[in-house]
Amino acid sequence: MSYEFDFADVFAAWPELLQGLLNTLVLSALAMAIGMVVSVAGALGKTSGPKWLRWFIDEYIELIRNTPFLIQIFMIYFGLPSLGIKLSSNEAALIALVVNVGAYGIEIIRAGIESIQKGQVEAGKSLGMRPLQIFRYIVLKPAIQAVYPSLTSQFILLMLNSSVCSAIAASELTAVAGDIQSRTFRSFEVYFVVTCIYLGLSLFFWSAFAGIERTLLRKPTR
Amino acid sequence: MRELGPNEILFILAAVRWTLLLSVVAFIGGAIGGALVALARTSEFKWLRLLANGYIKLFQGTPLLMQLFLAFFVPGLFGWSVDPWMAAAIGLSLHASAFLGEIWRGAIEVVPRGQWEAATSLGLRYGPKMALVIVPQAVRIAIPPTIGFLVQLIKGTSLASIIGFVELTRAAQVINNATFRPFTIFALVAVVYYVICRPLSAYSKRMEQKLLVAAR
Repeated sequence: MSYEFDFADVFAAWPELLQGLLNTLVLSALAMAIGMVVSVAGALGKTSGPKWLRWFIDEYIELIRNTPFLIQIFMIYFGLPSLGIKLSSNEAALIALVVNVGAYGIEIIRAGIESIQKGQVEAGKSLGMRPLQIFRYIVLKPAIQAVYPSLTSQFILLMLNSSVCSAIAASELTAVAGDIQSRTFRSFEVYFVVTCIYLGLSLFFWSAFAGIERTLLRKPTR
Repeated sequence: MRELGPNEILFILAAVRWTLLLSVVAFIGGAIGGALVALARTSEFKWLRLLANGYIKLFQGTPLLMQLFLAFFVPGLFGWSVDPWMAAAIGLSLHASAFLGEIWRGAIEVVPRGQWEAATSLGLRYGPKMALVIVPQAVRIAIPPTIGFLVQLIKGTSLASIIGFVELTRAAQVINNATFRPFTIFALVAVVYYVICRPLSAYSKRMEQKLLVAAR
């Protein structure tokens, strides 16, 4: 092996890498937060909406799950402007991630809602709780607790998926890596360091989410 | 500027064969690697289990795009040059090995403990025990999630376009750069992926429900 490693140029670009890392985190967190709203609304529509709405949500889920994320981004960033909707690359990236995670989140939340026994809701009614209170305290909260592990792994998938947003030059970590690479020609070094950063993020979130599950979401013992 | 005519559409549709070929190669590579990972992950040697677990975490904890970039650039360190096709095939195979390994580990572990013990007490060694007793039972459970992952893999091949391999997505970009009809072109490509993936997803879901009913 005669290759001379040179990480100096990559490490010298640490402020850019840090900014890219922060952008990736903000983009992922925002997409997850908005995606959760979409997911709860979609799950509600799927469990108790009219027939046409259920059909529409089902088709949305299948369409997103059976097409690549890269094509979804291209549709939003390059395709929508021809319908008169112009978006910056960061806006397009956020919307694409929300649309994508929604298709997975709806099914996760719905599974959670369906795990709530009917008797629980009836008990809430007989205690005189209003429908919104019942939904919030008796359905939604335990439902989210029940599917917490799926939701957290969905977040990590979303974060890793956000690297694809570099294809439309959204300003996240992978795009920063591309910038540094085209300036320094240290391809291996740049992508190695950035891969390590992603791995670090995943390991951090895996253990943080497991810690939260152990301490805060412990099921009361009966 | 070029018009978007039948030739352009045919150029895009013909590139489907590269998407399919890459998917098949990566799936076969991933199946071989995944079998090894699953066996290592369920082995009685602790160091093998840890090694396999590290491999799985490494690939589940980093973006597929990064894995493809590294598959493209790492061989260069040893003085080997790989074209985008080789890099994509290797990168996706290693990626699939980790995910299939984890899926199949789960399927192997669901086989009841008594089956292992019965096979051992019949005097079966590791090889025949796995081949005759454990794996046939695990396969049934493993089929739905394996097909589900195949859909992920087919969608994942679109990222090979970023390292320059001309499959469906890259072909669409090439034609889009010449004709600038992004909405039509990417919608067409989305439909092609959908037509390939939707039946597989549906099959996976149906099989899963069948197993759930059988388990009740």
